[in-house]
Amino acid sequence: MNAPQDKASFKPYRLVGTRPVRPDGVEKVTGKAIYGTDHVAAGMLHGAILRSPHPHARIRSIDTKKAEALTGVKAVVTGADFPNLASLEIALGESSGNIKTISRNCMAHDKVLYEGHALAAVAATSSVIAEEALALIEVDYEVLPHVLTVEQALAPGAPVLHDDMFTKGLDQTPTTPSNAALKFTMGRGDPDAAIAAAHTVVSGKFSALAVHQGYIEPHACVASYNADGQVQVWASSQGAFMIRTLCASILGLSQADIRVTPLEIGGGFGGKTKVYLEPVAILLSRKSGRPVRLAMSRADVFRASGPAPGVVADLTVGADADGTITGVVMEFKMLSGANPGNDTHSGAMSALAHYNVANCRVTGWDVLCNSAATAAYRAPGAPQTIFPVECCIDELAQKLGIDPIDIRLKNAARPGDIGIMGVPAGEIGYVECLEAAKAHPHYSAPLGPNQGRGIAGGTWGNYGGPSTATVNLSEDGSVLVTTGSPDIGGSRASMAIMAAETLEIDYDKVRVTIADTSSIGYSMLTGGSRTTFATGKAVIQACEEVIATLRARAAGMWNVDVSQTEWRGGAVHCLSGDKAGAELTMGAISAKAGFSGGPIAAEVALNAQGYLPGFGVHICDTEVDPETGHVSVIRYTAVQDVGTAIHPDYVEGQMQGGAAQGIGWALNEGYVFDKAGRVDNPGFLDYRMPVCSDLPMIDTVMVEKPNPAHPFGVKGAGEVPIVPPLGAVANAVSRAIGLRLYDLPLTPDRVYAVMQSRQ
Amino acid sequence: MSKIMVSAQVNGDTQQFLCDPGASLLDALRDELGLTGSKEGCGSGDCGACTVVFDGQMVCSCLVLAAEAEGRTIATIEGVAEGSELHPVQRKFLEKGALQCGFCTPGFIVASKALLDHNPDPSESEVRYWLAGNLCRCTGYDKIVRAVLDAAAELRQERVSA
Repeated sequence: MNAPQDKASFKPYRLVGTRPVRPDGVEKVTGKAIYGTDHVAAGMLHGAILRSPHPHARIRSIDTKKAEALTGVKAVVTGADFPNLASLEIALGESSGNIKTISRNCMAHDKVLYEGHALAAVAATSSVIAEEALALIEVDYEVLPHVLTVEQALAPGAPVLHDDMFTKGLDQTPTTPSNAALKFTMGRGDPDAAIAAAHTVVSGKFSALAVHQGYIEPHACVASYNADGQVQVWASSQGAFMIRTLCASILGLSQADIRVTPLEIGGGFGGKTKVYLEPVAILLSRKSGRPVRLAMSRADVFRASGPAPGVVADLTVGADADGTITGVVMEFKMLSGANPGNDTHSGAMSALAHYNVANCRVTGWDVLCNSAATAAYRAPGAPQTIFPVECCIDELAQKLGIDPIDIRLKNAARPGDIGIMGVPAGEIGYVECLEAAKAHPHYSAPLGPNQGRGIAGGTWGNYGGPSTATVNLSEDGSVLVTTGSPDIGGSRASMAIMAAETLEIDYDKVRVTIADTSSIGYSMLTGGSRTTFATGKAVIQACEEVIATLRARAAGMWNVDVSQTEWRGGAVHCLSGDKAGAELTMGAISAKAGFSGGPIAAEVALNAQGYLPGFGVHICDTEVDPETGHVSVIRYTAVQDVGTAIHPDYVEGQMQGGAAQGIGWALNEGYVFDKAGRVDNPGFLDYRMPVCSDLPMIDTVMVEKPNPAHPFGVKGAGEVPIVPPLGAVANAVSRAIGLRLYDLPLTPDRVYAVMQSRQ
Repeated sequence: MSKIMVSAQVNGDTQQFLCDPGASLLDALRDELGLTGSKEGCGSGDCGACTVVFDGQMVCSCLVLAAEAEGRTIATIEGVAEGSELHPVQRKFLEKGALQCGFCTPGFIVASKALLDHNPDPSESEVRYWLAGNLCRCTGYDKIVRAVLDAAAELRQERVSA
């Protein structure tokens, strides 16, 4: 029952909602597509990075003389080669970042803050020599005590990572540095009074471990610095412009001097929205005068790149006897790793965004510790805060004897409801998702022994933002669409569909290129579920401008006013005069464009407004082995309001992939540290992501409630599906064993211990 | 350290290359022969992105020494299509939307073809266990399994009509 609500059959669209083969597909099934480490530049050197073995240490000295003397070594850089930057917050798409912190995360200066923190780099004629050179670098460390949990990080007298960091958001300005970067509170009404007066109250202390995005392609780039200061970078990233902005800021270069070419990207999920290697590769290239490749190993990826924060959360929910939620108090602490994170605001704003709660207070803390600085991971912050909410609502439903979907329907946010931020909700579809879940055969299917069914909802705000697109007509009338948005999961196909739909031509008359930063205008990175919405809007508007130009050219050729022309079926039609009824195709006009005003093209640069949040409801059946506590997911259904699905295969794919990642977070995944504070599972064998035999088919139901602010109704689909699974799996296991579970992942030993506690 | 000369059959062609004694077959395929379709996701045999067929056996090429390839027969993703004619497994991956980022795709296609060469009529469960050594983080495996089952059905049909 894949996509029973696929509405392609009754849409007025020719192409939107169909499932053509993606334009970049053949290259990817034949091994021809060029990813991060596939790119080779002439004369290229191989780089390697020395990383700290300690989670927290002061660097007394680094001696690179022996490494520099090794035959084949062409450059060595350390933190001393980086400009000494003042703290400066710069805008980075949806969030902001401190450029000094970002620079020092690429290369430590005086302190290393986590195991794997880079502190020196070498470029050599082979990777074997580069690795040999690393072993010759002598570092004198003063090892410092480390912190790895919220409790350790906030304990009195705890070792502080940054002695210039003072907690923001406190009532009184603090005078001593702290590992708490931020306290953020939001809410409305009087939740304490509402909970005190509630008919039923449930509460719990929840936790989830830090998890990695787990993209299969490790980070990689090639940089080439020329003697005139112009730089080329080839990288696998979610944002070529993000690389340009950050490298220019970190290294004091002009942005126009840095040309970043996006290679194919082997997964990102938010984890490739930062720079790690690129500034280092540029410096190595500047010193050596040759192109330099840098790539992470899988262990580097786990130790030094972006996990999503772990969380501890206390939650209390009060409700009336009919299930109406009257008050919520939540306090959570995100464990953001070595630098201030970005998930506290988004986590707080997401926690209750799918419910209409009159009295609530959500307090979030951003807490630092000696593990890798966290990065965005698919709906960053929302899975961690919505998991406790969905568990408490499930318990409330059990205590009150209400169906778990009905209790969510009773409290669901609806269009026009005033949210906590004081803004009325737009055309949101949570209610439709809940209704579709309730009607799905999965929801009423019988369960066997040791099985339980869990329900959870979730939401993510999605995003719009700046994008540029160009549309060029070839002389034969075929169409070239160019954007600056890296294609991470099929967006070339959705751009081609939207362009062909707008132009009323065949899908394969349109070809899509993702251009380098010198060949297209600025586009924010691919993230925030924004690309099909925002870049799609730019593509559609550029196509509309091309149509206007074609009509004007045809009107000139026919000697009629442009109002006497019509665009239909990929051609201009003449409506009056002696040429009435005549038709000029795109190819016919384009072939003569040189005589009628020049090449036909349009560029649209916009800041896409009107994005809407997405909502999902997941149904999960689990079976628990009573002898081992092992949990199997035996059936799974994901329901989601996606706006309009431009290419349903890739929307369903987002839902299935997000669900699988959420199931991994709930059941298997999590960072484990040894006593010395080193990551104990920095590989795919011990960091156990779901494999094919772990999962059932993941059924999808796309609820299509169009977004009025997009020409085809797009809302964005990529992030919502990782939000509900944590609660859905935990609720399913809780119902299977008859006891509540609060701590993720639900590994067999934890589940077994809870089952034993019953005796 | 002197290099080793290796001669092997790669996708039907006799290929010679020089390699370091410690180099993996994956390194040799990518760096010496320019066959970058096989990917390195882990270097430890855990992700399957470097899957090739080595004398008829499906292996992770990151776990094979390049020098071991001497005299052997190796099939990589670059040899799966017949000229410009895609193999049914490749075509079904496209038709079913069974790839998103595409990085794991070469390994999945080589592994899936190896399965269907051994077992023309696998069950869903057999497909899932055969592919359990190939990690995909994008798709949740649903569309991959459907593509492989569809390709199997098509190949069986072709055999019947042949």
